[in-house]
Amino acid sequence: MNLILVLVASLFLAAIAAMPLCRRPVGRPAVYGFTFAVCTAIVVAALPALSAAEAVAARVLPLGIPWIGAHFRLDPLAAFFLLVINLGGAAASFYAIGYGRHEQANERILPFFPAFLAAMNLVVLADDAFVFLFSWELMSLASWALVMAHHHDRGTQHAGYVYLLMASFGTLCLLLAFGLLAGTHGGYLFPAMREGSLPRFAQALVLVLVLLGAGSKAGIVPLHVWLPLAHPAAPSHVSALMSGVMTKVAIYGLIRLIFDLSGPPEWWWGVIVLVVGAVTAVLGVLYALMQHDLKRLLAYHTVENIGIIYIGLGLALAFLANGMATGAALALTAALFHVLNHSLFKSLLFFGSGAVLRATGERDMEHLGGLIHRMPVTTATFLTGCAAISALPPLNGFVSEWLTFQAILISPSLPQWGLKFLVPAVGAALALSAALAAACFVKAFGITFLGRPRSRAAAQAQEVDAFSTGAMIVLAALCVLAGVLPSLAVDALSGVVETLTAGARLPQQATMPWLSLIPVSAARSSYNGLILLVFIAVTSTVVAAFVRRLGSHTVRRSAAWDCGTPDPSPITQYTAGSFAQPIRRVFGRTAFRASEHVEMPEPASLEPARLRADLRDLVWEYLFAPIASAITYASGRINALQFLTIRRYLALVFAVLLLLLSGLALWQ
Amino acid sequence: MHGLAFDVSHLLAGGLVLVSLMLLYQDRLYSLLNVFALHAVVLSLAVAWQAHIQEAPHLFVTAAIALGFKAILIPVALHRMVRRLGIHRTIETVVGIGPTMLFGIGLVALSIMVMLPVTEQADALTQEDLAFALSVVLLGLLMMVTRRNAVGQVVGFMSLENGLILAAAGAKGMPLVVEISVAFSVLIAFIVIGIFLFRIRERFDTVDVQVLERFRGEQP
Repeated sequence: MNLILVLVASLFLAAIAAMPLCRRPVGRPAVYGFTFAVCTAIVVAALPALSAAEAVAARVLPLGIPWIGAHFRLDPLAAFFLLVINLGGAAASFYAIGYGRHEQANERILPFFPAFLAAMNLVVLADDAFVFLFSWELMSLASWALVMAHHHDRGTQHAGYVYLLMASFGTLCLLLAFGLLAGTHGGYLFPAMREGSLPRFAQALVLVLVLLGAGSKAGIVPLHVWLPLAHPAAPSHVSALMSGVMTKVAIYGLIRLIFDLSGPPEWWWGVIVLVVGAVTAVLGVLYALMQHDLKRLLAYHTVENIGIIYIGLGLALAFLANGMATGAALALTAALFHVLNHSLFKSLLFFGSGAVLRATGERDMEHLGGLIHRMPVTTATFLTGCAAISALPPLNGFVSEWLTFQAILISPSLPQWGLKFLVPAVGAALALSAALAAACFVKAFGITFLGRPRSRAAAQAQEVDAFSTGAMIVLAALCVLAGVLPSLAVDALSGVVETLTAGARLPQQATMPWLSLIPVSAARSSYNGLILLVFIAVTSTVVAAFVRRLGSHTVRRSAAWDCGTPDPSPITQYTAGSFAQPIRRVFGRTAFRASEHVEMPEPASLEPARLRADLRDLVWEYLFAPIASAITYASGRINALQFLTIRRYLALVFAVLLLLLSGLALWQ
Repeated sequence: MHGLAFDVSHLLAGGLVLVSLMLLYQDRLYSLLNVFALHAVVLSLAVAWQAHIQEAPHLFVTAAIALGFKAILIPVALHRMVRRLGIHRTIETVVGIGPTMLFGIGLVALSIMVMLPVTEQADALTQEDLAFALSVVLLGLLMMVTRRNAVGQVVGFMSLENGLILAAAGAKGMPLVVEISVAFSVLIAFIVIGIFLFRIRERFDTVDVQVLERFRGEQP
């Protein structure tokens, strides 16, 4: 515990030391190397705390508010999230040693990067509301500064503005939630909140406020609007941190406040969280499908994956409320495992998109293509990430989504009819989102890396440096490892789950035969990533061997893609837009009011015909735009108050005083 | 004795409210200043009576300060100022005298309605005292709002301050330090406003604050 606090403090010092260093060439490798070392050290230091439920360490430091101090605590839940944060942090630091070489605005990134990492670590370690909110806000501000690093780029300022607004709104909601939890006695320490009991309606209010506050940071629909703007605007290693790690800190906030601090749940809390999760998952992936900007697509997929995690958490709440501790343990394990998995593959994918951006200067998929020949390592690792996020076995994304489905399958034993009907629907939504995600990543990978280059930049791309590829290879290997040997991860999570479900956990997986994953009982379901991997390897080798053996050995050379289109121009290839068209036609009509317009040229004109697809963001149009215009109208009206005469100001004060006094007189 | 004490303090506090209402309908500057001096005299009498019945000698100091500063020094200074500025004009009000008076009566009623239930635990004397003090404060504010003339606003502010002192004297056990600081703050406010008046006068040849508004590009 002491070691971890010292390491976090050293990150803050690094942020200060980075200020004079950032303009020198040595500054970049020094800062990123240091953060890499510190993050790795925190990972190592936090690992033992995962299981040791009894050895919960707490410290009080004389910082912050006088006489109260700052309280820190390391329990298994905090240790798990420390692990997620610092794995991502270490990978991002390592990646950035190479990636940052071409960065133009290092002086706007280097000081904030360690501060951002330190703030996320502090959120997880906090044991009182002051420290939690302070570090939460610090995390928001540091990431905002990182988003604004390229503030001259088009759209970045707008993204930063929206992000800042949503972040302050979220913190406000959390502040109110803590206020409710602290009660009238002002018990702002977490132990006091655990002891205290709230009235029912106050608990429900806390749930809503936390969903708004932590949910806006995690990016649940409809509070996700800032996320696809802000995440891609940051430099790629920061995008990876924001998408892969910061959203997980938001999940941590939800788990800490709802599962740990606010008392026993009611069954309908699960309904709310489940519905939010299902809507978020489906809409997130639909938004992603409509995107042709690689980083925005990834950002929208973060929204989708947050939805999947919320589904797991909602199931856990429903099971906990009905006293079904085993089911709750299963759902929580699924959610937490997906937290880890998503942080791994989302960081990997953002690194990949950063590598593409570095090599070609392009984020728009319609200008990419054919990178598999020029960037083989990036392609291989990106493909691994795509397979993982599409929940394909034997990778890690499959395991956690499979576990979520297992939790859904035991939901018929829930007593409430509402849940009995709702959960299968949520399961269908989850399946839909998984399928759409697979489609989306076929598009993302296929258009970006396969085919022929659609632009000169894509044709001249070169593989990125060794640090970047190294970070991607390590993350890809971790994805495979977590998918093939999920039992290790599930066993490691059992300590965390036990603290949240009053002792229930999944059966010990290490003792299962053949390293199988058996969440409930062998008669029900089991999964073995290792055997699946071996099976896939063997069958594909055999099939490849047979094809080679039986196929023709003569080499033929012919024009590429010559399927009735002898035109050699790369724009005749399948595009991202054409890939998304069927899905846009099926779902987009309702979800985005999508409409297509064909503009035919005049007869005998040589102009090309054009197909234009219009999409509308309904969340923005019907929720945020009215709020924004109402605020603009009101502030325009209130602005007149700035220009009154002294006498009118006095009259205003007088009128308010009279109003209050007459209110007092009438009220008595 | 108790009945007499109550009656006299009731009389004096009520007198203060009456003089406040008188302030509202003065339309000449000199008469306004004279009534204000009367206001301060009544205040000092009320405070002195409080000192007598509460057997709190330090309240005599407060009464003396009120008499010295507010009844003599400030009105005389304001007289001189008005003479030096050469303004013998009538005071322009924003709202007519009649509605203002009606509104003032309403304010007195309001403050009694507010104060009497709130201070139920206190004795009858304090109750009445606080109700009257609040009405004096509100009337002072009303005067500040309804006068265009800067001198009128100054007088309104001073009478408001008088109401505060009345309330403080009625509440038993207020230390002298507070009263002295209040007196000094009034003095400083008076000096500042005096200088301000001269500056306005130098610049615009009038102390009508409407000119200020016109100067800022606004319609009066």
